[in-house]
Amino acid sequence: MVPGMSLDAAVALTLGSLALDVALEAAPGETVALLGPNGAGKTTMLRAIAGLLPVDSGCVALDGEVFDDPRSGTWIPPERRPVGYVFQDHALFPHLTAVENVAFGLRARGVRRREARGRAHEWLERVGAAAHAGARPGALSGGQAQRVALARALAPEPRVLLLDEPLAALDATSRIDTRRELRRHLGGHDGVRIVVTHDPVDAMTLGDRVVVIEAGRVVQAGPLGELRERPRSRYVADLVGVNLYRGAADGGLIRLLEHGELVAATEAAGDVFAIVPPRSVALYRREPEGTPRNVLSGTVEHLDVEGDRVRVIVAGPVPVTAEVTPAAVAELELTPGTSVWASIKATEITVYPA
Amino acid sequence: MRRRRRRPSVVVAVLAAVAVAFFVVPLIGLLQRAPWSELTDDLTDPVVRDALRLSLVCSVSATALAFAFGLPLAWVLARTDLPGRRLVRALVLLPMVLPPVVGGVALLLAFGRRGLVGQYLDDWFGITLPFTTWGAILAEAFVAMPFFVIVVEAGLRSLDSRYEEAAATLGAHRFTTFRRVVLPLIAPSVIAGAALTWARALGEFGATILFAGNLRGETQTMPLAIFVELQTNLGGAIALSLVLLAVSIVVLVSLRDRWFPA
Repeated sequence: MVPGMSLDAAVALTLGSLALDVALEAAPGETVALLGPNGAGKTTMLRAIAGLLPVDSGCVALDGEVFDDPRSGTWIPPERRPVGYVFQDHALFPHLTAVENVAFGLRARGVRRREARGRAHEWLERVGAAAHAGARPGALSGGQAQRVALARALAPEPRVLLLDEPLAALDATSRIDTRRELRRHLGGHDGVRIVVTHDPVDAMTLGDRVVVIEAGRVVQAGPLGELRERPRSRYVADLVGVNLYRGAADGGLIRLLEHGELVAATEAAGDVFAIVPPRSVALYRREPEGTPRNVLSGTVEHLDVEGDRVRVIVAGPVPVTAEVTPAAVAELELTPGTSVWASIKATEITVYPA
Repeated sequence: MRRRRRRPSVVVAVLAAVAVAFFVVPLIGLLQRAPWSELTDDLTDPVVRDALRLSLVCSVSATALAFAFGLPLAWVLARTDLPGRRLVRALVLLPMVLPPVVGGVALLLAFGRRGLVGQYLDDWFGITLPFTTWGAILAEAFVAMPFFVIVVEAGLRSLDSRYEEAAATLGAHRFTTFRRVVLPLIAPSVIAGAALTWARALGEFGATILFAGNLRGETQTMPLAIFVELQTNLGGAIALSLVLLAVSIVVLVSLRDRWFPA
């Protein structure tokens, strides 16, 4: 990353019960996905970057130009930041038509009416909403409103584009199409792009890099592959669908933080994470004998059908999720409350330092 | 499922009927004495005509004042967190419950020629407010403006602030945002507030007669003219009363959906 040629946002602020403390850097031409559960502070982060909220401490700067720095008393109001914001639920002006909504930012920046309308039409064409130019937001579907909101944010050609849950308001069908289109439009914008989402699929599709925020803190950041292979929190592990354990390693033996122990095939030392893919967890109704090194007892908490596999969540001293075939569920007569034994081969456990 | 309607007991029904009669009988009294055939003559009587013209000027001016000063005030009350906001709101609403006569006395003591502020207006600028048309406008604005402020403030409060935020991120300064986003979206509240303010100003009596007096063509608005005409020209008084009644009904009907739901 070229120093000074990027968004540099170190945001610390308290808002109600949320204490946000997140440092985020993003380069032009890069899409950063801010991923996290509801209430983690993702939207608050966007609002601080846009200038809709001042930071308590820290600094927000773009290309070396400081927007907000309480230490030096610098404060650039939102209308003077080159930032485009696509709001959750779009926040299109209900009294203006789609084309007037898109022209609004150009008009506010002093572009003449006729030219602003012309450019707004071009933007609507670019996002595929030209047919609805004369419609009021109330008459637009979710997908159409999303396109208009994107065109409105892009029209003034911001250097930073912020999108807050751009796909959350859409139904499943339009979501897939819109997601693909959105990816294309983001690629066409040469500034910094930040997308907030709680959906790992959105983060995966739209983001070049994922920053995971939980309870106001960054818990993990990196390319999605890294998140998948090395999750560092329960939330990320749940998102990528693996069992995550933390403990102290001594050779192949890992003493888990909460309870119990696991035996891995690889040697490690100190504070470690261990992950187990649910597909490699085998379930039995009787305690298995023989090779497996790790045998966990528990009761079935619930069953989630996912495509042609069933995820079986087993509660016990060491909780574990297994992924089995529907045939296996029938054969083992698994229902919530059934007591089961889960076995994990030592070679299926991946260990990495915490 | 059909909602079950409850039948009132006889006593309750009779009391309620008396209440309705109490409201309706005076209206019938006014209408049955109305000199319908001479209405045009009565309304073109010079005294009546002056009162009509003056009332129109004063009430529209008072509404304009309420718009010019009440709109910023409503915005401050709804959108800022200045300390003392609650106290300010209470003070602004006071004229709604204060007897207008007391308002007139207070205005006189503040803006009268020897009043708290009035003496300087007189000495420094040569401006005299009491017993002038401006005085009548001021008295009406004092009594009627709170209606505008509370209605517009309520409209602003119910407006999603994300529209203002969206406008800001699109580069619109606060005034542009207010003019192009906020004002169009709260237009129904502004119109309703202005209509209520205008109707209240049109009927103002107590504060006006105390602060502005009762000078024909200068400060004698319709309610004052009715009071005077009642003794000498009953027809004129009734004609003016009918005009005010008609205005009230028009305001009531045009605002019924918004402020007086069935």
